[in-house]
Amino acid sequence: MTIIIWVIIAIVAILIIAFIAIFNGLVRLRNQVKNAWAQIDVQLKRRHDLIPNLVETVKGYMKHERGTLEAVTKARNLAQQLASAGPGERAKVEGELSSALGRLLAVAEQYPDLKASQNFMALQEELASTENKISFSRQFYNDSVMQYNNQTQMFPSNVVANMAGFRPGEFFEVTVAAEKEAPKVSFT
Amino acid sequence: MWQQIRSNRIRSVFLVIGMGILLALLGYFLGLYFFGSGTGGLFIALIIWAIMSLVGYFQGDSILLATSRARKIAPDDHPRLYNVVEEMKIASGMETMPSIYIMDDPALNAFATGRDPKKASVAVTSGLLQKLNRDELQGVVGHEMSHVKNRDVLLMAMCAVLLGTIVVLAWYASRFMIFGGMGRTRRSSSSGGSAGQAIIIIVAIVLMILAPILAQLIYFALSRRREYLADASSALYTRYPEGLASALEKIAGSTDQLKSVNKATAPMYIMNPFRKQGMSAEDLTSTHPPISQRIRILRAMSGASYEDYSAAYQQVLHTDKAFIPAAAITTLESVRLRTAQPEAPEKLEEVQRVRETTNALWNSHNYKVIQCTCGTRLRLPPSYKKREIRCPHCGRINPV
Repeated sequence: MTIIIWVIIAIVAILIIAFIAIFNGLVRLRNQVKNAWAQIDVQLKRRHDLIPNLVETVKGYMKHERGTLEAVTKARNLAQQLASAGPGERAKVEGELSSALGRLLAVAEQYPDLKASQNFMALQEELASTENKISFSRQFYNDSVMQYNNQTQMFPSNVVANMAGFRPGEFFEVTVAAEKEAPKVSFT
Repeated sequence: MWQQIRSNRIRSVFLVIGMGILLALLGYFLGLYFFGSGTGGLFIALIIWAIMSLVGYFQGDSILLATSRARKIAPDDHPRLYNVVEEMKIASGMETMPSIYIMDDPALNAFATGRDPKKASVAVTSGLLQKLNRDELQGVVGHEMSHVKNRDVLLMAMCAVLLGTIVVLAWYASRFMIFGGMGRTRRSSSSGGSAGQAIIIIVAIVLMILAPILAQLIYFALSRRREYLADASSALYTRYPEGLASALEKIAGSTDQLKSVNKATAPMYIMNPFRKQGMSAEDLTSTHPPISQRIRILRAMSGASYEDYSAAYQQVLHTDKAFIPAAAITTLESVRLRTAQPEAPEKLEEVQRVRETTNALWNSHNYKVIQCTCGTRLRLPPSYKKREIRCPHCGRINPV
């Protein structure tokens, strides 16, 4: 009789330990997703901060391109307003900002004075790098979300996930067609 | 990504354990031979190993950086390099930014050290900064930083210490055997049967000769495996293996030899600094796999994940041996490659890069910068002691 009780206790103990291990794994993955999102946030904010500087530098040289400049400023303001929205929403506005930026830089190609200015070249490097950082942090974020989603959906961790209320994460996919290729930041 | 690191960690641990066993065996039999006590020999071997480990662990980074004459740079000194390192830090998921160093050397090479991803350092030569474009630089930096992320640096440092201890023990043992032979036989004839004694002598001698060789082979095999892994990781982070491939091509094509490097630090670099022209394909004593193979594997990749690298590896080397065990590959959706970043025509870009790198070096050497009213920036070396300088463009005398 007592043997059976011990066996039951052992099984329950094993189940509890397994539960804790899986729960901790899920927590770790979820925190990694949050951390990765914070990284993207940092880079997006950095881009928002760079843009007014860019517009100022460029305005003196590109007097007839008012439309393009205004489009960039508007897109940037909109993106800044939605800074606390979820990944899906932000992907959309950030994508539009990227395409507006791309158009501005494409137009800047035709102004050799602008291209030769030291300020503009430094800014270009900063912008190119920020675009890269955004896409790398996006890459890392999506990979983390994938890992986390796998764990919340595959057996046996999905049991723990449902019991403890872990919800699958949202991908940060850029949906604007024009942004499927990164903006052409050229160094000429 | 994380399972793969764990699996390689397990395999590498086995190799290190193998080396540890070699060391223990050597210590034991040498102890038996010299003082009739196996455990005594073992103990001495462990002490030597512990001392060398501690020194290597705590001072390894600074020793390496000092011997390679690397200068630390601030973020503003070289924005492009700093940004590339930061991009790779984000892509690899490292928590803190590594310190960045530039080595003033026209040879093309780079390395990274750091037993802990939180305290890492990356160093590149000025030649590399001048000759590579942004994608290529990204590939190289990604490769180096993945060494830190995958704990390769810690592993190879530990192995180097094990190897060093084995070599030291074997060397001293051989000296004592040669010069102390007479005394030994007289003393040891009292302790055991002569047959047992003969076996111990033979085993000790065999181990003394073989252990360093075996340890070296293990060390080099481990080093080559980690290099392939770093190439694969770089491709995964950048999503652009062609960048690293063309960087390796440029590095292989250059004939400059790195000025300050020795055999101990060689494995840390991205390219074997001791390579000779026409080194044979599977050279067992090389710390790095042959460059042509690395380039071909990278170019054969159809996607950017570890699976794709593994497939390319098997295809290029005509082998069925898996590079990474299947169980360790995470099933990331097929990872797409990205397109190249458009760059200016090579010549113009290279002039800019040379200027940028030289400025960074001069800043780190504390050159003074003076702005003349005509717009020229005058850079004065620290040895310039006069009070004023004449601008070469407009002739104006500027105060220092």
